[in-house]
Amino acid sequence: MASVYFDHNATTALDSNVLEAILPWLREQSGNPTSRHAYGRHSRDAVEHARAQVAEACGAYSSQVIFTSCGTEANNFAVKGMLSHRPAAQVLTSAIEHPCITRPALAMQSQGYISRQIAVDANGKVTLEALKSQLTAPTSLVSVMLANNETGVIQEIAEIAEMARTAGAFMHTDAVQGLAKLPLNFTDLNVHAMTISSHKIHGPQGAAALILDKRVDIQPLLHGGGQEKGLRSGTENVAAIVGFGAACELATANQKHYAVHTQALRDQFEQGLNTLKVRVFGSNVTRLPNTSFFSVDGIEGETLVMALDRQGYAVASGSACSSDSTEPSHVLLAMGVHADVARGAVRVSFGANNTAAQVADFLAILRNEILRLKQLTAIAA
Amino acid sequence: MAYSDKVLDHYENPRNVGTLDKNDPNVGTGMVGAPACGDVMKLMIKVNDSGIIEDAKFKTYGCGSAIASSSLVTEWLKGKTVDEAYAIKNSAIAEELALPPVKIHCSVLAEDAIKAAVADIKAKQAAKV
Amino acid sequence: MSASIEMPVVKNSEDGQHPIYLDYSATTPVDPRVAAKMIPYLTENFGNPASRSHPYGWTAEKAVENAREEVAKLVGADPREIVWTSGATESNNLAIKGAANFYSGKGKHIITITTEHKAVIDPVRELERQGFTATYLDPEPNGLVDLVKFKAAIRPDTVLASVMLVNNEIGVIQDIEAIGNVCRENGVIFHVDAAQATGKVHIDLEKLPVDLMSFSAHKTYGPKGIGALYVRRKPRIRIEAQMHGGGHERGMRSGTLPTHQIVGMGEAFRIAREEMDLENARIRRLRDKLLHGLETMEEVYVNGDLEHRVPHNLNISFNYVEGESLIMAVKGIAVSSGSACTSASLEPSYVLRALGRTDELAHSSIRFSIGRFTTEEDVDYTIALMKSKIDKLRDLSPLWEMFKDGIDLSKVQWAAH
Repeated sequence: MASVYFDHNATTALDSNVLEAILPWLREQSGNPTSRHAYGRHSRDAVEHARAQVAEACGAYSSQVIFTSCGTEANNFAVKGMLSHRPAAQVLTSAIEHPCITRPALAMQSQGYISRQIAVDANGKVTLEALKSQLTAPTSLVSVMLANNETGVIQEIAEIAEMARTAGAFMHTDAVQGLAKLPLNFTDLNVHAMTISSHKIHGPQGAAALILDKRVDIQPLLHGGGQEKGLRSGTENVAAIVGFGAACELATANQKHYAVHTQALRDQFEQGLNTLKVRVFGSNVTRLPNTSFFSVDGIEGETLVMALDRQGYAVASGSACSSDSTEPSHVLLAMGVHADVARGAVRVSFGANNTAAQVADFLAILRNEILRLKQLTAIAA
Repeated sequence: MAYSDKVLDHYENPRNVGTLDKNDPNVGTGMVGAPACGDVMKLMIKVNDSGIIEDAKFKTYGCGSAIASSSLVTEWLKGKTVDEAYAIKNSAIAEELALPPVKIHCSVLAEDAIKAAVADIKAKQAAKV
Repeated sequence: MSASIEMPVVKNSEDGQHPIYLDYSATTPVDPRVAAKMIPYLTENFGNPASRSHPYGWTAEKAVENAREEVAKLVGADPREIVWTSGATESNNLAIKGAANFYSGKGKHIITITTEHKAVIDPVRELERQGFTATYLDPEPNGLVDLVKFKAAIRPDTVLASVMLVNNEIGVIQDIEAIGNVCRENGVIFHVDAAQATGKVHIDLEKLPVDLMSFSAHKTYGPKGIGALYVRRKPRIRIEAQMHGGGHERGMRSGTLPTHQIVGMGEAFRIAREEMDLENARIRRLRDKLLHGLETMEEVYVNGDLEHRVPHNLNISFNYVEGESLIMAVKGIAVSSGSACTSASLEPSYVLRALGRTDELAHSSIRFSIGRFTTEEDVDYTIALMKSKIDKLRDLSPLWEMFKDGIDLSKVQWAAH
């Protein structure tokens, strides 16, 4: 097992305090929150307490929090659910969205909606001018992610939301990468709906939420027992929801420290990269403090990631969610990066527990591995 | 459903459960509600020659609030005149027991039971004369 | 043997905080062995199973595949036929909407049963809104589906039928083999909600004529938030994905897999496979003891067939006792009741109504569901509690008095209010 984890944008280790909060829900008798006896009421109270913690962490009201099983479900719910109550018009998603936004949008084409992409510039930012002209056509929904999982580039969501609203469209943002890494406020972002997820913030897998403006009509994805005020049926995953709540509370308390600490690590790392002839993506614009996405000329990202893994460092070559594919990152392609350069991309995403010493050691190893791999390629050529 | 302490007290220790002799000319019976509605209340009062309620008994098929409402009114009825009994309002019952809005109908039923019992005793007395 | 595994709970307490748990059909506690297996995947072995580039991801992936095998083994399936979901509700939604949408070219008629779980009924209703038609068959008064009536409901355009294996309220076991054969003969895709069945009845999907089957972990001593859908490979059944994204689960269900929960479901299903026969015999003895204890009272009615029924379930109506006061009376035990008094309106159980029970009997029903950690003392306590409380409530009940006086209540003119 690798000893140093630099892949916090994929998933994060559970915080020990969060674990403590979860354990009673795995170890002790607990009820179904729908049940009316003491065990059921105890579970219900726990879910509602977590709902308040989640709301607090993202500047929302408890009543706006709808728990789901994962970010993918929340994004599907947002896109399909909101569109079901909107005219069959255009759906705009940015070219750098996760497939769990673009694929549901494409799936809605069978019901007459038209899915179109919003271009991004070379820095990975949505071009507001292009969006403005696209919004002249009737639009039902706009979905743009708050921060990209690969580049970490942050979008002007409030501004985009204002444009969408002016055009009569609903606005959704996938803020999975923003929660805990940035000060997050649902109301300030001015969106109709926002997705957040637990396992990206040292909470457990199995819980996420769609934060929804209650004035928006939405069609449930899951029908059944009528949990979550009828919007998401299925027995609540009490343990995971409790963990999500606890992780949110910790994230809120630690947010400032987190930002300062990970940004220092990232700055240290990227200064080290300067001597290595690499290209860092999105570095000219505001990014998540913890994320560095770069490409080394002439080396496959996948190869470098494997080599680093053998040295005990867990990093990523791109989105973890595109299963089995060795396709270059669609995010980089959308930024106009050449496919060969994109194939070289490696993502390092730091967490609060990483240290400057780890980064320094890593830079040395990285330097060696790059040299070694370049020699190998040179021999092969 | 959170019940008030007073409802719980009457539910756990109902007062004056039972029946009186329905053939006694001094006993009036009121039975209101229906099983299909989830409540049936039977209230019996015994009235002495001065028109004072000497005794009151009830039986109730219903939720805790219905049981408490009928138990409470049997306490209130004793010592009252028939006319005073007739004047008891459901709002007083609901207030005393701190019934939540969804349970107000239980107090209405108790008031109806009193009125039915009073009407029965008045009919009996009229027949006697 | 499972009796040696104890849940760390305070039992037999009258304070209303730790009543005896007899609501295993609502949710089961996580078996301590399951919890122990899950915890490492919450801590040192965290990782996204879709992360292909480092061992954190590989360890997670291996654990997920082991668990998939355990789930498959319990039900006689191939691991490749098991798709992870967030629970039985999602499995039912995915199966019903997914199959109906994929095969809608063949027809747009669906058959289901009025006593199905809401997670089956509501997706069918949703499909009706999208232009499908549906037949909701009433079961017989014992809760079982009549095969002749089922056959008669099939139309040329019937594309899908959904019948649960074990009913959540009354525990009756449907003859899904016979129903499935009828479906096969008529080219109808057959979905079975088995959320309440795993670890209680033997399931062999290699032999059963079932195309899609839904499972849940938290009804079988696994964690909440994880379930699975069986999707038959031979002959291959196709479903339209309801959640789109990274293309996990061979495109049928996208979304990050909660590794620890999957591991928990695998372990829970392994334990179920190894221990179900012994456990069911023990639970049946407890259930029968409870039944015999309660049957000494007059005017109690068992809801649903007693023979074709899982040993865990006893659903009984106590006549002449009102449902909500009954629930208040039995605070020493945690059970489910046939009346939903959380809502302002008194809505009796639709399952008991479908069996032809009157509103009064439906309201005064209690579902006792017994499980792995129920003891003989729990049952003794429950019998004594029920007897004393039912006696007390009947002493209070004018209906009981009338019944004892020989009055036919159905002929009484009630003063409506």
